[in-house]
Amino acid sequence: MTEQDSGAVDLLRLEGLRTEIAVRGGTVHALGGIDLSVRAGETLGIVGESGCGKTMTALSIMGLLPQGGRVAGGKILLEGEDLTKESPQEVRRLRGTRIGMIFQDPLTSLNPTMTIAKQVGEPLRIHEKMSKAQARERCLETLRRVGMPRPESVLNSYPHQLSGGMRQRVMIAMALVCRPRLLIADEPTTALDVTTQRQILELIDDLRDEYQMGVILITHDLGVVAGHTDRVAVMYAGRVAEQASTAELFADPRHRYTNSLLAALPERALRTGDKLFSIPGSPPALREEPVGCRFADRCPWALPECRTTDPVLTGGGEHQFACLNPRLAGEDMPADDDVNLTVVDPSSVETLRPQDVGEEAEVIADDVVLEINGVSKEYSAVASGFLRRKMGTVSAVDRVSLRLERGRTYGLVGESGCGKSTMGRLIAGLEPPSGGQVRVLGTDITRVKGEAKRRVHRDVQMMFQDSYAAMDPRMRIDEILAEPLRIQKVATGKSIMHRIEEMVAQVGLPVDALDRYPHEFSGGQLQRIGLARSLTLSPDVIVADEPVSALDVSVQAQVLNLMKDLQVEYGMSYVFISHDLAVVQYMADRIGVMYLGRLVEEGPADEVVANPRHPYTQALIEAIPVPDPGYVKEDSIIQLQGEPPSAIDPPSGCRFRTRCPFATELCTTEPELVGGEHRVACHFPLPLRVGSQAPVAVQ
Amino acid sequence: MTTNSTSHDEGARARQAEPAVGVPRRRGVWRQGAEVFFQNRLAVLGLIIVIALVLFSFVGPLFYRTDQVHTSLPNSYLPPGPGHPLGTDGLGYDQLGRLMVGGQTSITVGLLAGIFATFIGTLWGAVAGFIGGKVDAFMMRVVDALMSIPALFLFMLMATIVTPSVPLLIVIIGAFAWLGPARLVRGETLSLRSREYIMAMRGMGGTSGRAIRTHIVRNAIGTVVVNATFQVADAVLYVAYLSFLGLGVPPPAANWGGMLSTGLTDAYSGNWWLIFPPGIAIILIVLAFNFIGDGLRDAFEVRLRKR
Repeated sequence: MTEQDSGAVDLLRLEGLRTEIAVRGGTVHALGGIDLSVRAGETLGIVGESGCGKTMTALSIMGLLPQGGRVAGGKILLEGEDLTKESPQEVRRLRGTRIGMIFQDPLTSLNPTMTIAKQVGEPLRIHEKMSKAQARERCLETLRRVGMPRPESVLNSYPHQLSGGMRQRVMIAMALVCRPRLLIADEPTTALDVTTQRQILELIDDLRDEYQMGVILITHDLGVVAGHTDRVAVMYAGRVAEQASTAELFADPRHRYTNSLLAALPERALRTGDKLFSIPGSPPALREEPVGCRFADRCPWALPECRTTDPVLTGGGEHQFACLNPRLAGEDMPADDDVNLTVVDPSSVETLRPQDVGEEAEVIADDVVLEINGVSKEYSAVASGFLRRKMGTVSAVDRVSLRLERGRTYGLVGESGCGKSTMGRLIAGLEPPSGGQVRVLGTDITRVKGEAKRRVHRDVQMMFQDSYAAMDPRMRIDEILAEPLRIQKVATGKSIMHRIEEMVAQVGLPVDALDRYPHEFSGGQLQRIGLARSLTLSPDVIVADEPVSALDVSVQAQVLNLMKDLQVEYGMSYVFISHDLAVVQYMADRIGVMYLGRLVEEGPADEVVANPRHPYTQALIEAIPVPDPGYVKEDSIIQLQGEPPSAIDPPSGCRFRTRCPFATELCTTEPELVGGEHRVACHFPLPLRVGSQAPVAVQ
Repeated sequence: MTTNSTSHDEGARARQAEPAVGVPRRRGVWRQGAEVFFQNRLAVLGLIIVIALVLFSFVGPLFYRTDQVHTSLPNSYLPPGPGHPLGTDGLGYDQLGRLMVGGQTSITVGLLAGIFATFIGTLWGAVAGFIGGKVDAFMMRVVDALMSIPALFLFMLMATIVTPSVPLLIVIIGAFAWLGPARLVRGETLSLRSREYIMAMRGMGGTSGRAIRTHIVRNAIGTVVVNATFQVADAVLYVAYLSFLGLGVPPPAANWGGMLSTGLTDAYSGNWWLIFPPGIAIILIVLAFNFIGDGLRDAFEVRLRKR
């Protein structure tokens, strides 16, 4: 490889890159002239909503465009050589040896039938013509470098034998094994938990410094961008809307789109106490090349000329933006006065309570709508196959207790596999618990049978993460919304129609949405429909299982605002399940933190976040990427390594002790959940910080 | 229980009554499906071919009358010419007329046996898939066991024991062809059963009965109907196989497979008119049903419909 006078020459330079994809009945202009550059030893972040061309940019560089896709114009200059001009063989060689790529989902990107040694070594065998032994040697070295535990045995493993974090390390090793000059990471940590995400992002940073690589980090998470990039390009609808150094972009965003994205972060709303700012609508489909500014349709600041003039990137030096009416320095971030919801007069909304108030009206003190006492759920893990050998017991939820009052929100947080979704299903009565009680309005829903069991679902409803999967694709929206009413037989004929039209209006969708099918809606709209469906029966409790995790931050804000508004209006309670602590803190009055099926800490939301007592909560908070480049991490108390142990035969005593830096002999006995309002299950809780004033997860 | 369609109508009326929310009605589900079907040119071609062959076989004899009962040896092996547009076969039957009569058998047996097989297979597979567990394991082992027996061998055995007739052919073919659909439908039901929208429905308090009635049937019907068209095509081929092996319906009844079989014995005498017409007819009808199946698959895919 030639010597680089790094810095002077851009490692990668895109000039007016245009990519088109031929689809059924037309062409999608996925990229409409992209100019970007990456230098050696630098990380460029690319952010934007989904469908804005972030991944298309990466795929165009890699030459991995989907069927029908082609680079229609512009240059891709890799160390001065234009990849769009070279012969296919040469391009393949350049891409294979000088660019490495990490994909989002490490499981589908690895071949399940090949050993790790073979997969990681494949590029070496192809491009560097190494012998098997040499390739194996280099693999081992690379795996060691990416921090893989027990690299020798991993070499002979298959992908399914590794955990998610380890697979992502394998992907990184694969990308690095040829010592590329440029590393493209496309949402490398989106599928991972925050504590694992932190490990992987720090690894990429270290590797960049060590090998002086250029890195393109594509992500939708502004927190990740703030902490791990030098420069950021904000993409919108196949164009670069703004690019600047990371610090400057966050401090002084000029493009209205960047500004809106930042304002939609729950972190910002938590700090200011305002409502979330949301961007109405969704990005354009790019079937035709739009006239004028592509963001104009969604932009509250759009001027008449924005719709006719195509803005170009302007601005001095490093900070460029393509906006005709840019935010002025020092101008306030937008406040959310203009949420585009159909406002329904609350007095006109007749609440359709099921007629049976008399029976279950044992009024409980403090109006507790949900009370859970020591509920547990165990699954027996059986090997597949005809004889079904029993392998052990998965303890998904272990003696969890909590209470929820009317009109309040209880947030459940934790990493994947901690049992929070199982909790949700237990509360919603979708699964019977192995032990304990779930009392909704005083009725133990685990005991009821027959007709009463059906009626329970009037009081507690579920809202799903993926509303598309939770709706029958062959049903129209009117049928979908009417289904709960039909099952519960609370309304017939015309009144059903009335009710669902009212619900659709409540969640801010037009009435003609009723005639359409789920696939015709965007993710945010589907989530609104999902909310409407869970509201049709006017339940007292709605269990929302990761309701916004699949959404972009701008759309997430729409849905969260709507959920809050409707809560005020209808007075129902939410059990809000999420892995995103900032979102939970924004939504919830109380937070419960779960680890491997146990509730390890619980208390008022701000209190738990500002003053975590359990080491795990502390680790979780520290691992969250902060969307503020100026943020200096306090001295880290706990950095978690590895991933949670298996829930099959979990550790005895405190389940966190295997990863806890403070664990002693004592921790083999089980800690009780103790304390007043703010309770913690730990033998060595962290001290209360006196005078601590961090009201925000991520200040 | 009110059915879905009536409540739609009520909804439509309710909305028409209120001009404020008056919305133009969208085209019906079937209409939209039909539009997708007719966009697929091959499917339309398939439909035309099937209709043409049915008319040819069942209506044709009314206009083109021939004697397909009595042999007429003096007229054997006449090449195509006046009076006999497609010539005659070794027994003096008019080939064009025989093609019509043969088509009646082939199409009847193919259609009925295909539907029969689909019906049994769907029932069997749906029950196994929905109940699951031991019942599923047992029912599917039965299918596996039957599949391990070469079907052709059994056909031959049965056909030698009993003299085949049209109804018998239908039963024999149907009794062995249901194994494929059974596996398919069982897999479909198994995957549908664990879909999140079934869980969502249970979260509303719905029962298993409702899950089957409203969700599983609706989502599996496409697979079943598409598979049925392929079953029909297969059954036409089975009739042809059996007849080709001399195990078809006994003369003077005819079918395309049998005609092809007898025609092949004359392969070296240059009597091409005895080979090509039945062969082409078989190929046409099998292809046509396959095209229709493809078109139906698209038509049942809601996601392909226009917004």
